[in-house]
Amino acid sequence: MNKIGLIIKREYLTRVRKRSFLILTFLGPILMAAIYIIPIMLALNASNEKMRVAVVDESHWFEDRFNDTKEHVFILMPGQPIDSVKELVKNGVFDMALYVPPTQLNIPSNAVVYSIRQVPMEVETYISGVMQKEIEDQKLMAKGVDPEIVSAVKTDVNLQIMRMDEKGNEKETFTKVQFTLGIILSMLIYMFIMVFGGQVMNGVIEEKTNRIIEVIISSVKPFQLMMGKIIGVSLVALTQFVLWILLTGVLYVGFSAYIGLSHPTEILSSGTVMTQEITSNDIMSNENVQSIVQIAQSIDFGTIIVCFLVFFILGYLLYATLYAAIGSLVDNNTDSQQFTLPITVPLMVAIISSFYIVNNPDSNLSVWLSMIPFTSPISMMVRIPFGVPIWQIVLSVVLLAGTFVLMTWVAAKIYRTGILMYGKKLTYKEIFKWLKYK
Amino acid sequence: MTKISVNEVTKKYADHLALDRMCIDIPEHCIYGLLGPNGAGKTTLIRILNQITAPDSGQVLIGGEPLCQKHIAHIGYLPEERGLYKKMKVGEQAIYLAELKGIKKVEAQKRLKVWFDKFEISGWWDKKVEELSKGMQQKVQFITTIIHEPDILIFDEPFSGFDPINANLLKEAILDLRDKGATILLSTHNMASVEELCDSITLINNGKSILQGKVSDIKRQHDTHQREIIVRYDDFAKVMAIADTYNNIKVEHTDRPDETKLTLFSESPNELLGQLLQVGQLVSFKEVLPSMNDIFIQEVQSKNQAS
Repeated sequence: MNKIGLIIKREYLTRVRKRSFLILTFLGPILMAAIYIIPIMLALNASNEKMRVAVVDESHWFEDRFNDTKEHVFILMPGQPIDSVKELVKNGVFDMALYVPPTQLNIPSNAVVYSIRQVPMEVETYISGVMQKEIEDQKLMAKGVDPEIVSAVKTDVNLQIMRMDEKGNEKETFTKVQFTLGIILSMLIYMFIMVFGGQVMNGVIEEKTNRIIEVIISSVKPFQLMMGKIIGVSLVALTQFVLWILLTGVLYVGFSAYIGLSHPTEILSSGTVMTQEITSNDIMSNENVQSIVQIAQSIDFGTIIVCFLVFFILGYLLYATLYAAIGSLVDNNTDSQQFTLPITVPLMVAIISSFYIVNNPDSNLSVWLSMIPFTSPISMMVRIPFGVPIWQIVLSVVLLAGTFVLMTWVAAKIYRTGILMYGKKLTYKEIFKWLKYK
Repeated sequence: MTKISVNEVTKKYADHLALDRMCIDIPEHCIYGLLGPNGAGKTTLIRILNQITAPDSGQVLIGGEPLCQKHIAHIGYLPEERGLYKKMKVGEQAIYLAELKGIKKVEAQKRLKVWFDKFEISGWWDKKVEELSKGMQQKVQFITTIIHEPDILIFDEPFSGFDPINANLLKEAILDLRDKGATILLSTHNMASVEELCDSITLINNGKSILQGKVSDIKRQHDTHQREIIVRYDDFAKVMAIADTYNNIKVEHTDRPDETKLTLFSESPNELLGQLLQVGQLVSFKEVLPSMNDIFIQEVQSKNQAS
């Protein structure tokens, strides 16, 4: 086996065998699944237990307005003094008591909810919603307006956004989905560059502090060692990425099957709640399937996946060589701060500006950020879901690849000299001279 | 035959000249000492031989051929700054380092077993390096240096970190490798080991070679013709009476009250010996050659004063 292959193999195996790798690999999907599963579990559990709310309404406005729902039952206690109802709450007969004092239209209502336990957010929202609506209706009536007219006037506007190209093809776009996709993709690239670039740097520092570096480079060229390490770590990153996707998929399917078996009816309702939240809150459920298909068709997943892989790999490679060079300059992790700053700054700029780009994907600044090689892997990924002219993507990739080659040359020069320097305070001026060493 | 030939090698770093037209010829099958004060340029020269850095000018020949990539497999290098991956297992690591030198895995395993048995460390195969003491790590390190059976070995301060027993084991191993045909370059500040092991040396100072040759020849050249005589006497005054007639003699007391040590700076001690035999008992007589330590200090200091 050739030497660079041996190095890649060692770098890969020592990392994937580490306990921390295994933990992170399994914890990641569990966390992701938890984000999906916990709300559903909560929704399913909450429906089993109905809140009993005693209502003492001295204004008598709302007595027939509170309707029982899946979560709560309202029990009217007309004429009962609130203090005795509070006693009943204390004894556990009711979960909570709602007290509405005599109300006048122009004075804000001072309703109170008494409860032993924390009042669930949804109960609070429901009660205040009902009361608000009733008071509004009363006010309208007082002004001589029929509330029926008001509700008849209410309209929902569903704005359809069509993007056209030069040939006149029209395509519907879904900004919310593109927004989410752009942020998630750029976050992923940012995270992987930081985490695995950092691993490359720590690997170099480890070889330096263990003093094994000179032993190794008497067998292989420093460049081979550096590239072997970078490629080895990139394979670790890809392994983790693929495992995450697979495990998340397995957990998702497994959980859905479990829910489907134990709660055959609820899954439908909570499932639609989920999809409604993802797509748009106002779309009726029978239109759901149709709109998902439309969204799926509107997004060019092929381009996104290819671009993600290209920008992910090139971006990682560019930063990994820089991290390797920095690792070679320092003797321990604490010293690395002063040298990592110049490379974390462009990453930070890119990730912070991604919130601007996602709102203005085609502005001048966005285009520039997605061309500059140090920010382009992140900034371009934000723009891709919105559709980017092919020449811009190609130009960005060419610039990024070119910078990678140039930076590898520079980093290799720094690395070669740096790994053999011990206990010396270095200045940028001195490092610059290393580029000229034979 | 010359195994390694360093011709007019110059290496310049930003602010200083590490090697200045350095020339060294290292014969085959010998132990060659590379001496010099700190920062003299020894490590730079060694790194050039290992192709870790390239010379600015000049040439290195290995067995008559210009130094190139293929020679890496023929050189075993134990650097002064050495270590192992702490988290890796001993056996796995030894195999990895052997593979990097181009040895097949199966072959590496076989050879390592022999050496691990010889150094009595077979039980460590599955231990992590960080669990071993420093001396144990040095043994593993030494084995990984020679596992590919190179015909050139470069040892930079090999004895540091070894206790006397293991240092001796290492010394035997080095002599054994020489007898089996390896050419060994030894860089060290330990002058005792130079005297014991080295056939020839080069003394480097400020990037230049200031003394070169066989150890025995160098000692001969620096001979101040000292003869050390210890006599046991009955009357110290009689000994002093004889000594006073010479102007090239030094008299010192020993730790015994009835003995004295006379150091004579002359190639003809017979007359003095004859006289001393009449006043006392001769305990010992020996020729004192300068130690490599003395020669090192003397040569480096005189060069530094001259410059």
